[in-house]
Amino acid sequence: MNILEKKLAKNLRKNILQLSNKAKSSHIGGCLSIVEILTVLFSGTLKKISLKSNKYKDTFILSKGHACLALYCMLYEKKILNKKTLFSYGQNGTLLMSHASHHVPGVKFSTGSLGHGLPVAVGSALAAKLEKKNRKVYVLISDGELNEGTTWESLMFASHHKLDNLCVIIDYNKIQGLTFVSKTIKIEPLLKKISSFGCNVKNIDGHNIFKIKKALILNKTNKPRVIIANTIKGKGVSFMENKIAWHYKSPNNVELKNALEEIENA
Amino acid sequence: MRNIFIDELILAAKKNKKIILIVNDLGYSFVEKFAKMFPKQFYNAGVAEQNMTGIAAGMALEGCHVFVYSIGNFSTFRCAEQIRNDIDYHNLPVTLVNVGAGLRYGNLGYTHHSLQDYSLMRSFPNMLINSPNNLTETKSCMRYILQNPQPSYLRLTQVKDHFIEKKTPNLKPGKWMPIIEKKGSNKTFLTTGGLVNLAKKLLIKKKFNNFSIFSLPIWGMKHKERQIKQIKKWDTVFVLEDHLEDGGFGSWLKESINNTNVKTKIISKSISEKVISKAGSEKYLLEKYFLKFFD
Repeated sequence: MNILEKKLAKNLRKNILQLSNKAKSSHIGGCLSIVEILTVLFSGTLKKISLKSNKYKDTFILSKGHACLALYCMLYEKKILNKKTLFSYGQNGTLLMSHASHHVPGVKFSTGSLGHGLPVAVGSALAAKLEKKNRKVYVLISDGELNEGTTWESLMFASHHKLDNLCVIIDYNKIQGLTFVSKTIKIEPLLKKISSFGCNVKNIDGHNIFKIKKALILNKTNKPRVIIANTIKGKGVSFMENKIAWHYKSPNNVELKNALEEIENA
Repeated sequence: MRNIFIDELILAAKKNKKIILIVNDLGYSFVEKFAKMFPKQFYNAGVAEQNMTGIAAGMALEGCHVFVYSIGNFSTFRCAEQIRNDIDYHNLPVTLVNVGAGLRYGNLGYTHHSLQDYSLMRSFPNMLINSPNNLTETKSCMRYILQNPQPSYLRLTQVKDHFIEKKTPNLKPGKWMPIIEKKGSNKTFLTTGGLVNLAKKLLIKKKFNNFSIFSLPIWGMKHKERQIKQIKKWDTVFVLEDHLEDGGFGSWLKESINNTNVKTKIISKSISEKVISKAGSEKYLLEKYFLKFFD
C-alpha cells in the first residue's frame, strides 16, 4: 500500500466514524468493510473523461446503497463534494440521505433496495459493448444481495452476453441484516457456484490494496469478472469487527473517540 | 395494435441505433422481424423480468431508448420496484409495452389479465400512460413516445376496427381527443384503452343517444390538472375502462376534480371484480362482467 492510498483509506474511516456518530446512522460496519475497495477504485481504476476532469468515463454503481456514507466520504476526498455538503449527511433537508442518491454529484445511480444495482450495471455494460466503447462498469454488491434472485439472473445474462467489461465486486464480510450469511441462506461454495455461471472469479483479501488492484484489471476474456472480496465488517475498529450489532449501531461519543484513536494509531 | 407498434419501432430503429427492444422470452412469430433486422438492438432476457427491467434501466442510463415488450403483469407487477426505483425515479427513457390489456387474454385466466395495471402505473410520478383506443391512436402514441423519450407505459389490445386515419393526429398528454361530437350535447363518454367501439355501440341505446364520445389516450399523474377545464365543459362524463374500479382511470379522473368546485357528474364503469377466477373469451367476459351494467 503506498502512503497516499493508506492516508486516503484512513481519512475515509475517520470521516465515516464521525458522520455516523453525528447523524446517528446505521450501516457503519458495511461502510468500513469497503474502504480499501473504494480506495482502489478511485485511485486510478475508474478512468476519468480527462485527467483534469472530476467526471468518470467508467461507470461505478454502489449496489449496497446503505453503505453510501463510504462513497460520499470518497467523493469528498476526490473534491466532488465539499465539506459543508458532506457534513450535512443525514441531517434534515440534506442531499445526502442514508442511501445512495443520483441527485448527489458523482453518484451515477440511486440504490437502497438490494438486488437492483447489478442488473443496471449489466445494462450499462451491454450499452458500452453496443456502442463499441471501451468503457468499464464496476458494481459493488453486498453478500446479503446474494440472496436476491436478480443477482443470479444478472450473472447468467452477463455471462451469456460475454460482458468482460463488467466487474462485480462482492463485499463478502459474511454478516448480513440479522445474523451471519452462513446462518441465513447457505451460499458456499461461492467461488464454485459463480464460476459455474460462466464468470471469471477472483477470490481475494478485500483489504489488500495490491490484490484488489490486480483483480480489478479487466482483460478480454469474454467473461464477466466477479471478485469475491473477503472483508471484515467494521474493519479497522476492533470493537466493531465481526459484530452483528454494528450493522445497525452508530458510535456514541466515547466509542467515537476510541475508534478514532485506533484508526489514527494503526 | 401490436403490428402498428412494431412497424413504428422498426422505422425508428432504422434511424437510431439506440432504440432497443427487450423481451422476456415471448412474442413468437411477432418479434422475429425486428430481431432479424436489428440483431444488435434486440435482446431476449429470458424468463427473468426483474433483471430485464434493471437491464433496460442500465441501457437507458447510457442513452438508449429501451422498449420492454411483454404481457400484462410480467412487465408491470412482476418488476414493480424496478419500475419505481430504477426507471421512474431516475426518469429514464424506458417504455414498458403490455400486449394484453384488460381481458385480452381472457381464456388464459387471472394470471394473464391486466385489470390492475393502471393502478400501479399511475402511482409513479414520471410515468406516462399510453392506452390507445384504436390503431390511429396507437400510431400517434408511438410517435409521441419516440419523440419524447421518458418513463412510459404502452398498453395494447386488439381492435376490430382496422381503419387508420391518413393523418396521424398529434396527441398531447392529458388532452381529450374527439371521436364523435354531437352538437348541443352536454354529456360525453370518455374512454381509454380500446373501448371506443363499445362506446359507439352504446350510443344506439336510447339513454345514451345524445352522448358525445371522447378518448384520452395519454395520461398519468402529471396530467391530472389539465382535466379540470375539460371536465367542466360537461354536465356528465361517463367513463369506460377495461380495468377494475379501484386505482383505475375513472378514479384518476375523479381525483382530478377533488377539492375543486366542479359540478360535473362523473360516472365510471369498470370491470367487476367478480371476473377474478373466471375464464373465457374477451367478448364473453366483457359481456358478463362489464356490459351487463348497461342493461
